[in-house]
Amino acid sequence: MTRIYISRDSGALAVGAESVAKRFEREATERGLDLEIVRTGSRGMYWLEPLVEVETDQGRVGYGPVKASEVGTLIDEGILAAKSHKKCIGVVDEYPWFKNQTRLTFARVGITDPRSLKDYQAHGGYAGLKRAIEAGPDAIIEQVLTSGLRGRGGAGFPTGIKWRTVADTPPQQKYIVCNADEGDSGTFADRMIMEGDPFVLIEGMTIAGIAVGATYGYIYVRSEYPHSIEALRAAIDAARAAGFLGTNVAGSGYAYDMEVREGAGAYVCGEETSLLDSVEGKRGEVRAKPPLPAHVGLFGQPTIINNVLSLATVPIIMDRGGEFYRDFGMGRSRGTMPIQLAGNLKYGGLYETAFGITLGELVDEIGGGTKSGRPVRAVQVGGPLGAYFPRSLFDTPFDYEAFAAADGLIGHGGVVVFDDTVDMAQQAHFAMEFCAIESCGKCTPCRIGSARGMEVIDKIIANDNRAANLEILEDLCNTMKLGSLCALGGFAPYPVMSALTHFPEDFGAEKKRLEDAAE
Amino acid sequence: MPKYETWAPERASEIIAQHQDQKGATLPILHALQEVFGYVPLAAEPLIADALNITRAEVHGCVTFYHDFRREPPGRRTLKICLAESCQASGGRALAKRAKEKLGVEMGGTTADARVTLEPVYCLGLCHSSPAAMLDKDVYAALDAERLDELLKEAQS
Repeated sequence: MTRIYISRDSGALAVGAESVAKRFEREATERGLDLEIVRTGSRGMYWLEPLVEVETDQGRVGYGPVKASEVGTLIDEGILAAKSHKKCIGVVDEYPWFKNQTRLTFARVGITDPRSLKDYQAHGGYAGLKRAIEAGPDAIIEQVLTSGLRGRGGAGFPTGIKWRTVADTPPQQKYIVCNADEGDSGTFADRMIMEGDPFVLIEGMTIAGIAVGATYGYIYVRSEYPHSIEALRAAIDAARAAGFLGTNVAGSGYAYDMEVREGAGAYVCGEETSLLDSVEGKRGEVRAKPPLPAHVGLFGQPTIINNVLSLATVPIIMDRGGEFYRDFGMGRSRGTMPIQLAGNLKYGGLYETAFGITLGELVDEIGGGTKSGRPVRAVQVGGPLGAYFPRSLFDTPFDYEAFAAADGLIGHGGVVVFDDTVDMAQQAHFAMEFCAIESCGKCTPCRIGSARGMEVIDKIIANDNRAANLEILEDLCNTMKLGSLCALGGFAPYPVMSALTHFPEDFGAEKKRLEDAAE
Repeated sequence: MPKYETWAPERASEIIAQHQDQKGATLPILHALQEVFGYVPLAAEPLIADALNITRAEVHGCVTFYHDFRREPPGRRTLKICLAESCQASGGRALAKRAKEKLGVEMGGTTADARVTLEPVYCLGLCHSSPAAMLDKDVYAALDAERLDELLKEAQS
């Protein structure tokens, strides 16, 4: 029997993986081949999708990108015997782009069948939960603290401290909430986990529940991710059927269960307090803090709210120990970061590596420069609220503090590359426009500031009272930064000010200079 | 292809009853109604308010807060084109313009023959292969003008 692997990740489906799989099935029936097709997550090398991997004694040999129309020819040319071919990339685990990564959170993504609990366990799944049950709540929190894990949603708050705060509240109904409202453009790591290894997220949330005494959890997934919702619901059912969720988790005596809630297209619900209001069935408006969600969270109860990547990293920390994880990384950024390479890049995809790699390495070497073949001009890191970086800052290491020092943020780890055709004034305008569209409306700096921001940028571009309007824009950005309730209004100034600082020529500065010279 | 039912209050009440007992039931109810009818009409609001014992204002506030919920019936197919940064960096704006011209509608509009509703979306999480779009629940990435035209043809068929 021959076994092949084809991704069912929506990034692969979006470029035709489903019809490739169907074509293999049809060819196998017609030719009477003994062929098993296993559907996996994606390896994250999306320029190679649909990637077909053939199992051999040396490992899985990859071919990609494969079109449905060429499946018959590929079989004729011997790919099921792993013969060499111009589309062959060799053994996938040895392929440099993949091999050079440090895959801890993503250890199984692209390798296992995300619908198979058996496959999950065969690849180390639920080993973390087993150790967590043996260790007990206090020791779990100690391990998470030791690991140095910080919130991967963007804020970078130490996960263990959040957990300790909830654990220290008196016994009562507590909740675990997973923030899977991955709305930042340039990010897809949460989606890849949910579609490619949903059990690891369920296991992480179960461990969190045991650690703080929470018996119920919600995963809030954005509605733009229907495949993630389907995969998670199937995995939760499978985990419950096998006794990993319910009143007696894996025979431990701990109770924990969970469900998926679907968002409804509001970007601001990625902010933790508006997410909680949304789960409660209300408008997704931001809450003032304090009280912290750890004290007064979902339905008024103590709540842990963490990003998908933070929770999905907990099982390996429990399995291998906090120190193992802490030994990767630099400074106060410990462990690995699943970095998402996006936009106008030749090799877009998921690259998990220890903190410390530079922005230039990510864009020029790993990303391979632009897809359009033109020079890279600007890189936005950390989503729509992240700063635009020029080439002169390409030596910035990927690290929470180093990015903050460069007036930027790593956010959820998305890197969006633009070539030299980008108009940075238009991008700055979009940052304000997006903030205006998505503002929840609760605080004035965000709601009104974003609309005024668009107008002022328009005036600057039109060279209308330029010097005075630049001052107004800077003042407005400071008001939004310091006066907004949450990061939507508070961080929208980052892309605006960075565009203005690093690319002033796009805001009519050159025009102004020429006019001055003419006078 | 989704097939929507004509608005019927009795049917709506049935759907609401199926979901009303869970905690924070508003969004699950709104999603379920939109799944069946294609939109959430004003007439649904008092039914939800009654079932959940909350005010009509609270329901109305909730429906209108979220971009997903439509107040009018959509076309037979819904095409969402991503307008976020990664797609902007990869020719997404030009694709959106092309789609608007070919369909003869603005973003948020429905073609005169009620076949296609065109909507913007801010990120489908396919930024590794921008630009991206979604037709009903199927996703498409690495689009160019030619593939967009195929997609438009499929949407209009």
